[in-house]
Amino acid sequence: MNRKILFISVAGLLLMVFTVGVMRFQDRKVEQQNESISKNLNALERSGVPIKGPTDAKVTIVEFLDPACETCRDFYPLVQQLIDEYPGRVRVMVRYAPLHSGSDQVVKMLEAARYQDKFWPALELLFAKQNRWVVNHTSQPMRALALLESLQMDRERFLADMKRPEVAQVIQQDIQDGQRLNVQATPEFFVNGRPMPSFGYDQLSRLVKEAVAATY
Amino acid sequence: MNDPISSNEIPPGWMPIFIAWIVVASATLGSLFFSEVMGVPVCILCWYQRIALYPLTFILAVGLFPYDPKVVRYAGVLTGVGWLIALFHVLLVAGVIPERIHPCVQGIPCSETHIALFGFLTIPLMSLLTFTLVAILLFLAQRMKSS
Repeated sequence: MNRKILFISVAGLLLMVFTVGVMRFQDRKVEQQNESISKNLNALERSGVPIKGPTDAKVTIVEFLDPACETCRDFYPLVQQLIDEYPGRVRVMVRYAPLHSGSDQVVKMLEAARYQDKFWPALELLFAKQNRWVVNHTSQPMRALALLESLQMDRERFLADMKRPEVAQVIQQDIQDGQRLNVQATPEFFVNGRPMPSFGYDQLSRLVKEAVAATY
Repeated sequence: MNDPISSNEIPPGWMPIFIAWIVVASATLGSLFFSEVMGVPVCILCWYQRIALYPLTFILAVGLFPYDPKVVRYAGVLTGVGWLIALFHVLLVAGVIPERIHPCVQGIPCSETHIALFGFLTIPLMSLLTFTLVAILLFLAQRMKSS
């Protein structure tokens, strides 16, 4: 056999095996994820977590996020865009996945801000000025706190709320639910219980589109 | 060089190099599958072995067309270095070399293994076998060439 043909066929074969392997592995991963979600449906949506969008919307995007995560910051306007694209039909539920070190404290600040109805402004501010309080992928809670002072909240109350046992409980619950749903990276999205087949904005908007088509 | 690529006659030493290329190409794709698809963390020793392994895919392929027996020399250096690091890694995992002298930093200990095919075939062991096999094939190619 011609050596060149031999070489090219073997190279093609190896690449084919690799590609098929990748596809099969990913299919299996999605399958496993769907399975663990269907087993843990109650871990997906909890009452009392921050929600943006109409409460009676039939499409719920559950987003596990870390305020220190750059990709979460970049996705924030895109998620907002999805809410606006289907007015009245889509809402976003925020769950915490404080994976960066120091983020657990910052997440407490977000919860404390909720008691003064400043959750969304606080989250937006933390995302907008993320480089001021996230240094080398590590959260600097004191810097985040200084940043949040510009929102003119009652400082004493804010600091006291951060220490509330309910706040710690909410965060603990979110971390636990994230683990049960196998959230290993942020942001992780679930649209009416379905995860993205692979990570990306297009995949998310397609999931939302499909969910809207299925429920309305 | 009278080695027209289209000739059907296989020059001595070509086949072992070709098989060595199949081995390193499979190992390269396999290691990328572990780290990029399965998400197995890559420790620093694995990176050193990758430095030796990945270029072999290209160097051996270039040595095949047109066939250049000197490729044994170039590929041999990489294979030798990779083999030594793989051996060190295997000994580290086996506990022969104590933990404290291993050079791992940044949270991925090299002494930890994530995959064991058939119960014993860990990634460092696969690496050592790969480099050993390639070394034998290169040696064969050299012998066939000079005989």
